[in-house]
Amino acid sequence: MNQKDFQAIYMLWLRQMKRFLRAKSRVLTTIVQPLFFLFILGFGFNIAVFPEMEGSYINFLAPGIIAMAILFSSMFTGVSVLWDKQSGFLQEVLVAPVSRLSIVIGRTLGGATIALFQGILIMIIAIALGVPTVSPASLLLTLVIMVLLSFTAVGFGLIVASKMHDFEGFESVMSLILMPLLFLSSMFYPVNTFLPGWLQILSYCNPLFYMVDGLRGSFTGVNYVLPPLIDLGIILVLCIVIMGLGTYFFNKSES
Amino acid sequence: MEIITTENLTKTYDGFTAVDHITFSVKEGEIFGFLGPNGAGKTTTIKMLTTLLYPSEGSASIAGFDILKQRANVRENIGIVFQEPALDTELTGRENLDFHARMYGLSPETRKKRIGEVLTLVDLIDKKDVLVKQYSGGMKRRLEIARGLMHSPKVLFLDEPTLGLDAQTRRAIWEYIKQLNKDEKTTIFLTTHYMDEADFLCDYIGIIDHGKIMVMNTVDVLKKSVGHDVITLSCSDTTTLHKRLEQESWISNITPHDSKLTIGAERGEEKIPLIFDIARTINVTISSVDVRRPTLDDVFLYYTGRSMREQAQETPSTGMKKPARFRLRRQKK
Repeated sequence: MNQKDFQAIYMLWLRQMKRFLRAKSRVLTTIVQPLFFLFILGFGFNIAVFPEMEGSYINFLAPGIIAMAILFSSMFTGVSVLWDKQSGFLQEVLVAPVSRLSIVIGRTLGGATIALFQGILIMIIAIALGVPTVSPASLLLTLVIMVLLSFTAVGFGLIVASKMHDFEGFESVMSLILMPLLFLSSMFYPVNTFLPGWLQILSYCNPLFYMVDGLRGSFTGVNYVLPPLIDLGIILVLCIVIMGLGTYFFNKSES
Repeated sequence: MEIITTENLTKTYDGFTAVDHITFSVKEGEIFGFLGPNGAGKTTTIKMLTTLLYPSEGSASIAGFDILKQRANVRENIGIVFQEPALDTELTGRENLDFHARMYGLSPETRKKRIGEVLTLVDLIDKKDVLVKQYSGGMKRRLEIARGLMHSPKVLFLDEPTLGLDAQTRRAIWEYIKQLNKDEKTTIFLTTHYMDEADFLCDYIGIIDHGKIMVMNTVDVLKKSVGHDVITLSCSDTTTLHKRLEQESWISNITPHDSKLTIGAERGEEKIPLIFDIARTINVTISSVDVRRPTLDDVFLYYTGRSMREQAQETPSTGMKKPARFRLRRQKK
């Protein structure tokens, strides 16, 4: 890593910011869509009673919606490599005299910035809706988990992108992999001994479960399964592995 | 001094050999053209030289740097204009150049100066703050050429620089290429399947077909190797006339292709009556004759046995008989 690589990282980050801000419809969708979930599902399920759930359903749902927004936004960043591949712009990036690692870092930071912006926005709205918080320190932990979640999702997106050549496959990845992971992540309902055994096992096997659980523990301080710091440890390992794989696959793909 | 050298450069995909053990070199300051039909292996060669593809075999070096071992150094010394547009259409022209400049680590002052210079060179200075998605095809191409020049590379690779552009824009781009070769002393490596483009631009030409280099030389030498003049004729019996004419000593070469015969000879127009006489003695009727200076198409035909134009376009239906005519056209060089 030298100065040139840092400049490249900055430039790749800047490009994503410009593109994001110029795509008005994307800005609008990414902000509004999670709010639909938060408001409609939140108030819709608010009358339901779940065993062992503390506080209202919105308190339970909010951390999951933050996770979902970050996940979708970051995955999109990873997969948008495909866009660059199809438009030919990726070649321009790949022939530049900078290391592949800095290209991955630049893209990841760009994606994470956008995702974090969305996550924080939902967080603020959630707090305004009366979702309780624990302490400034735990909010900071929430932010750290949000960043790691974003990195992991970008890495996952890069792996998906390196295995596909067009967007046909992207739809199936979304519905066959991402949706079940979301449903099993304890985002919509609490995972506890009241659930059928197989559903509990599947949930604990789901990497996303620890991310949602960690966010819930650190943000609202209620309804979590594992202590937030243990979740953080698991998330950190996951993040390193997935980012490593993502970088590896990105390096290997020839344009 | 040689700025590009390759040795047995090869690329195979699942048993198909796209580039087959090619060895060549390009001198500094030259405009070198790789001429060949679509699918001949031109783009694959460029991708290997520009470190976008790993060769299956062989090696190459650019400006003294090995394309396998010193990839970053190679990338610093080259500029590339890809066959397919590679611009970010959501950014403006200036932003695309700025992106490039930063990726190549140019200092802020150089960045500003160069952006102005290259945009002036390609006449896009007025459009610099317009989003690239609003550019026309020719403007995009010019912006890409400008971008390729941003970091003052030693070698500029142009992969089919005028593909799909109208005649006027092609002309203009040719002028830019000539000018920057002169002004910036940039060595230019271009691929094309347009004969006129190679003819107009290149000092040195390599003809590539099926992944192999058939011949490499200056445009003049290549044309002379075909003969002083080229006579193309259609007749009722190509095979018989071909056999008969082969015995004539004044014919330097004769190639049959697509129901036509192409003959290389000195003082072509004087040989036409001779050919007619010979044809009459063996009862062959000649339906059309064409005499001209050799073009690179003839060179291509001579070395590959196929015409490039015939491959590029669809062959017209053979059922249509052309009216008998006598056409004599001399191209002044």
